Amino acid sequence: MSDERQHWPLFEVFIRARAGLEHKHVGSLHAVDAKMALEHARDVYTRRMEGVSLWVVRSADITASDPDDADAFFEPAKDKIYRHPTFYEIPDEVKNI
Amino acid sequence: MYTQGLDALGDESLHLPEEELAELEAHFQAKIDADEKIEPKDWMPAAYRMTLIRQISQHAHSEIVGMLPEGNWISRAPSLKRKCVIIAKVQDEGGHGAYLYSAAETLGISREQMIEQLLTGQAKYSSIFNYPTPSWADIGAIGWLVDGAAIMNQIPLCRCSYGPYARAMVRICKEESFHQRQGFEIMIRLCEGSTAQKRMAQEALDRWWWPSLMMFGPDDANSKHTGQSMRWKIKRFTNDELRQKFVDVTVPQAEFLGLEVPDDALVWNEETEHYNFGPIDWDEFQRVLAGHGPCNQERIRARIDAHESGAWVREAALANAAKQSKNL
Repeated sequence: MSDERQHWPLFEVFIRARAGLEHKHVGSLHAVDAKMALEHARDVYTRRMEGVSLWVVRSADITASDPDDADAFFEPAKDKIYRHPTFYEIPDEVKNI
Repeated sequence: MYTQGLDALGDESLHLPEEELAELEAHFQAKIDADEKIEPKDWMPAAYRMTLIRQISQHAHSEIVGMLPEGNWISRAPSLKRKCVIIAKVQDEGGHGAYLYSAAETLGISREQMIEQLLTGQAKYSSIFNYPTPSWADIGAIGWLVDGAAIMNQIPLCRCSYGPYARAMVRICKEESFHQRQGFEIMIRLCEGSTAQKRMAQEALDRWWWPSLMMFGPDDANSKHTGQSMRWKIKRFTNDELRQKFVDVTVPQAEFLGLEVPDDALVWNEETEHYNFGPIDWDEFQRVLAGHGPCNQERIRARIDAHESGAWVREAALANAAKQSKNL
């Protein structure tokens, strides 16, 4: 029993600073379940009115890309400079493009 | 998931006593008036939710159907550079459709429902994508005019009162900035070219000018949603205001290209400091919206084909996922 209590699962915490902004990752904490994680997140991460909304997600439920593979993983976007507006030549006298 | 339980309060509010409902509505409108954003879990009037579902899903459908007229030219782009560019643009449009569908899902409608509404013709999409693209110059004109008009419509939506929609629009506008530039660059090259190339550019402008003006929707006197959408700050400018702005910035661009805007009534008005322009053929607009444009059937057919012939991929992916989880 006491073994299990030592293994409270980890939760990632996301805060929406104010309505209109996206939730942003701020850190993590341990809790027995999502309800407790929300309450702890409130106490740990929003003691100074840091937000108007909280999300908690079991860390184990997050699948992350592998940093060692980052080069190969993000490689497809590297040579596509034509996805950027600066790739196109528009004469200075043309406005609003 | 957003789609679960979010509507609980919305449904309950149908049975609320009138004075309680009025209080909720007053509180909601006060937030909007104070320029605060509405987020998925906030209480909102059922009509606000429905208006947004209609608008965002139509917007998403427009991005998806919008891939088709340009997709027509991927295999025939005149150079490798142009081919890369048009593929990147069509990819973006698919992505924009995806951002918008997920913004709509925060309001309690499912992806499957929206796709079904598109494929059965229950949902509308922008009338502009029902016009054909017979020449390469149309790809230039679409980027310049259609994306130009879309950007003009979309920039104010970045400040829309509904948070998930506004955030999706910020991302879309940022990505879209190359779309218009690549189109205008195509027009510049054609207009610098041979007489035949310049004629192609002029013909494309002739084809796309009026449909582009129609993209802003019915004139203000006949726009049934404008008033309420402005009060809710879903819309920030009226259709006619945005249309005028589009004409004002686009006419000098046509002059730069040495092309003629196909409107005899077009004239600069010193007094208003805007261009006056001729009447729009609203019968044509209504015909195209009602499904009788040059390509309506072809577009929906293409979407249905894509959906049906892709069914095995979705099924195979699900079967594979089920198999993998069994193996664990």
